[in-house]
Amino acid sequence: MAEKLIGTDIAPPDLIAKITGRARYSEDFRPDNMVFAKLLLSPMPHCRVREVDATRALAMEGVIGILRAEEVPSREGPREACLTDEPHYEGEPVLAIAAITEEIAADAIEAIDVDFEPLPFVLDPLDSLRPGGPTAYTDGNRFARAPDAEQGDGPVWSDFKWTEADFAEIDAGRMPSDAVAISNWDKGDVDAAFAEADLILEEEIVHQSVTHHPMEPRTNMAYWENGKLFAHVSTQSAQRTKAAVAGAVGIDQEDVVLIAPYCGGGFGSKIAGTTPMQIPAIFSRKINRPVMLRITRYEENYVGRARPGFQTWVKMGFRSDGKCIGIDLFIVEEGGAYGSGDNGTAGAIADLIYTPENMRFRAVSMYTNTPPKAAQRGPGGAQIVSMLEPILAKAGRELEVDALQMRLINAPDPDVAFGPRGSTLTSVHAKEALEQGAELFDWAGKQALSGRREGTKVTGIGVALSPYTAGSRGFDGLMVIRPDGKLYVHQGIGNLGTHSISDTARPAAEILGLNWDQVEIVWGDSSRGMPRSSVQAGSQTTHAHTRANHAAATDAARKIRQIAAQSLGGSPGDYVLDNGRVFRRGGGAGMSFAQVAERAIQMGGEYDGHELPDDIHRETVPAATMLAGEGLMGVAKDNYGGRGGVYTFVAGFAQVELDVETGVVDIKEFVGVTDCGTVVHPRSLGAQLFGGCIQGMGMAMTQKWVYDPKYGVAFANRLYTARPPGFLDIPLNMKWAAVGIADPQTPVGAKGIGEPPVGAGAAALTTAIADAMGTCLCRTPLTPDIILSELEGRDPAFGRLDQHVG
Amino acid sequence: MGDAESVGLLEKKYSRRSFIKGVIAVGATASSTGYLLGGAQALGAQMPGATERLITLNINGQDRRVDVLPHETLAMTLRYRLNMTGTKFGCDRAECGACTVLIDGVNHYGCSMLTHQVRGRAVTTIEGLENPDTGELSIVQQAVLEQGGFQCAFCAPGFIMSMEAMIRVNPNPTREEAAHALSGNLCRCADYDKILTCAMRAAELARSV
Repeated sequence: MAEKLIGTDIAPPDLIAKITGRARYSEDFRPDNMVFAKLLLSPMPHCRVREVDATRALAMEGVIGILRAEEVPSREGPREACLTDEPHYEGEPVLAIAAITEEIAADAIEAIDVDFEPLPFVLDPLDSLRPGGPTAYTDGNRFARAPDAEQGDGPVWSDFKWTEADFAEIDAGRMPSDAVAISNWDKGDVDAAFAEADLILEEEIVHQSVTHHPMEPRTNMAYWENGKLFAHVSTQSAQRTKAAVAGAVGIDQEDVVLIAPYCGGGFGSKIAGTTPMQIPAIFSRKINRPVMLRITRYEENYVGRARPGFQTWVKMGFRSDGKCIGIDLFIVEEGGAYGSGDNGTAGAIADLIYTPENMRFRAVSMYTNTPPKAAQRGPGGAQIVSMLEPILAKAGRELEVDALQMRLINAPDPDVAFGPRGSTLTSVHAKEALEQGAELFDWAGKQALSGRREGTKVTGIGVALSPYTAGSRGFDGLMVIRPDGKLYVHQGIGNLGTHSISDTARPAAEILGLNWDQVEIVWGDSSRGMPRSSVQAGSQTTHAHTRANHAAATDAARKIRQIAAQSLGGSPGDYVLDNGRVFRRGGGAGMSFAQVAERAIQMGGEYDGHELPDDIHRETVPAATMLAGEGLMGVAKDNYGGRGGVYTFVAGFAQVELDVETGVVDIKEFVGVTDCGTVVHPRSLGAQLFGGCIQGMGMAMTQKWVYDPKYGVAFANRLYTARPPGFLDIPLNMKWAAVGIADPQTPVGAKGIGEPPVGAGAAALTTAIADAMGTCLCRTPLTPDIILSELEGRDPAFGRLDQHVG
Repeated sequence: MGDAESVGLLEKKYSRRSFIKGVIAVGATASSTGYLLGGAQALGAQMPGATERLITLNINGQDRRVDVLPHETLAMTLRYRLNMTGTKFGCDRAECGACTVLIDGVNHYGCSMLTHQVRGRAVTTIEGLENPDTGELSIVQQAVLEQGGFQCAFCAPGFIMSMEAMIRVNPNPTREEAAHALSGNLCRCADYDKILTCAMRAAELARSV
């Protein structure tokens, strides 16, 4: 019997390259004649380039050329171009210089004289909503179709403002009850729910924006050869990034060779590549030499994307048993220079984890002159969970209901329907995750520790539930059994460290009865053939591509059995596949896969990929056509279908010690338990779970987003000023577990894991800190100075809704 | 003191012409890759008060002749002159540890060390850990492979070098001590728990040798 692969620890095939330094990331490629590009970044949050004098720079020896904004694609409205003459945030790239060395390029940038016209700017979305307040764009702060637009009219600029009366309520510390929202939905009767509630809590909350900061900045290199663009991109995805590069540069997809075997992290900031990836592609075409654009950490702070911050009012009504019966939620989102929409997911997830029967959701996202926002692991979900879970615990304290009981009574059941469209889910085992976590954490035993003071240190315990989407459907799988007898699984998903490239191939090996050493993963180079794939984002790939590879392997298995029956007699159903062979059930005649592959090539047609299924995506066809005749081909679309959204849940538990003299929080223990369906790769799952949770802890505690309100420039613009957690910031005592109940609507039973841990880590921490303080401090990051000023009742020197405070 | 002198006062006797002749004479000298950092100096301007640029470095047990500017960092030299790209740039400024190398067995940030400072000292990079004759992985690499360490692994070379330094100084650490030993390195995927398990396993293997 071939070995069981799903549910076992198998190192990914690229690990030796990673630990010997042979793994090549984008900055590690060195084509002949390569030159270096450097960027001129905007020194102001909003300005216009009046004049550029690059004479001195271009006269410098070793300088090859300049790339200006008018030479790159751009679109009207608040849409990002890779270079611009009207920057909308500090650090936005204005132009690029190429030179034979990076240092000459940097010197040349310094030698350019630019005349910038400063323009009004806004950092805080509430300032933009105030009557007479500044707007992020010269023409307004809203770009949308006018209410009276005729069919075919495009979006137009307008000023979106709240009234003085709205701000009178805000300034008095209340939700602006009549303020106009841009998006809204409701269910039930939230006012009636509050009328019958036993407890109503109202809070103002600030969740900061926070930069992604993957370890590898978004460095890219590109060159052209025989009319084809060779793009070395730091990107999360692969096949979809190839399409994005082609679209950005305006060429046919088949004229792009995407080389992205490794990506040093993205967390949502490099989903289908990045905006700066366009610069080497366009510049290298102009100067006809390979161009390396090495992005430094300093530059990454600006061009590297961030999670949007929220300023939020929430009103939650509870019955005396702890059940939440009504939520009124109003989110103002800091949209950055090019907008963002995390608020919609935040509203839906609030509904999902508190299951109120009555809810009103309103939100406004405003452009601001800060770095562009993008999805960051658990976008919207992580913010709302870390903001609202401490309020749930506070309600528990007031109602004298245990925080775990509060969590359980409000957690969704499998028949949950939530959000604006009453969405349903394929499987929900949130309560099992909470119960399993409580046992692992010893919640009952730790009750005695809550609020215990020893010297200056007070202990707090916290529990949180964080859900997020974790799958998608309908992508293609592509694989070939070659005459060497091995299975080559062609992966169009990316390789950013989640091990999806190999883990999602495991079902294929199991279906075909292969041991793992008989499987080769083909990834990272589009010239080797990639099927239409999901983006490597949103926790999709484990679900989406175990399905796609399951479908393609099932197709291959059918063809193998048919070949065996044709060659050896009997019917296909008589044959079984195991250990790289196909043979008649109960012993008897058989063929090796090597022989099957040879036979498939002789037979041609669908067997070796010369005939392809009608329903595969048009972007799969060129890859499959290229591989036709190489062996027995398995190629299929995921037609397994399914009803409802695919969500994974993580329950997080934390114990902290808060030093009331210094405001420093020490995380002593953490437990995370997930409902993510069948576990494919336990060790990697644990790593994803912990890693996401620790990122959440950094978001809630150590990383800061601080802007100078006068000049609109970043104060916290490096790792040491906005530090992600290191070894000394995290608990050394961490445990994880998985509920392990298969999702019934997907053949392998597995759901993704990337997103939901972030909210679980952040919210377990914020609830534990709230428990230690006996109150909830509705703000992130919870740095020692902020905690201390609250503990000592001092004026914190900023308003409760102020953003960007340091 | 010797290092400071070598950086600050170096030979003015090298005109550009004699310097280039020297490069040609040596022949095997690295730097002919076209990625010189030299700015105008490298291209023919006068070299006022020139520091000796053609130096010998001991990297992974081999002497390498290399043309190095006075202000050049070791990480730059490794990546752009010697084409040893295993050492990564994560921050350029001693914040993340992705560029960690060993100098005389001690872990240092390659981005914060001038190349001239390491003359006469033994530099070990991620590329130098495998046994050059057998290709066998080092003890630390074996431990990481066995435990499936790292996710995106951009930080891995730096962490592995810090683990190499740790097992030399303290082959019997507690988990707390190992965490402290590795606290100069950042992993943004936050795979810390597994990295620590790798470090503890590496120490265990080191003790059994």
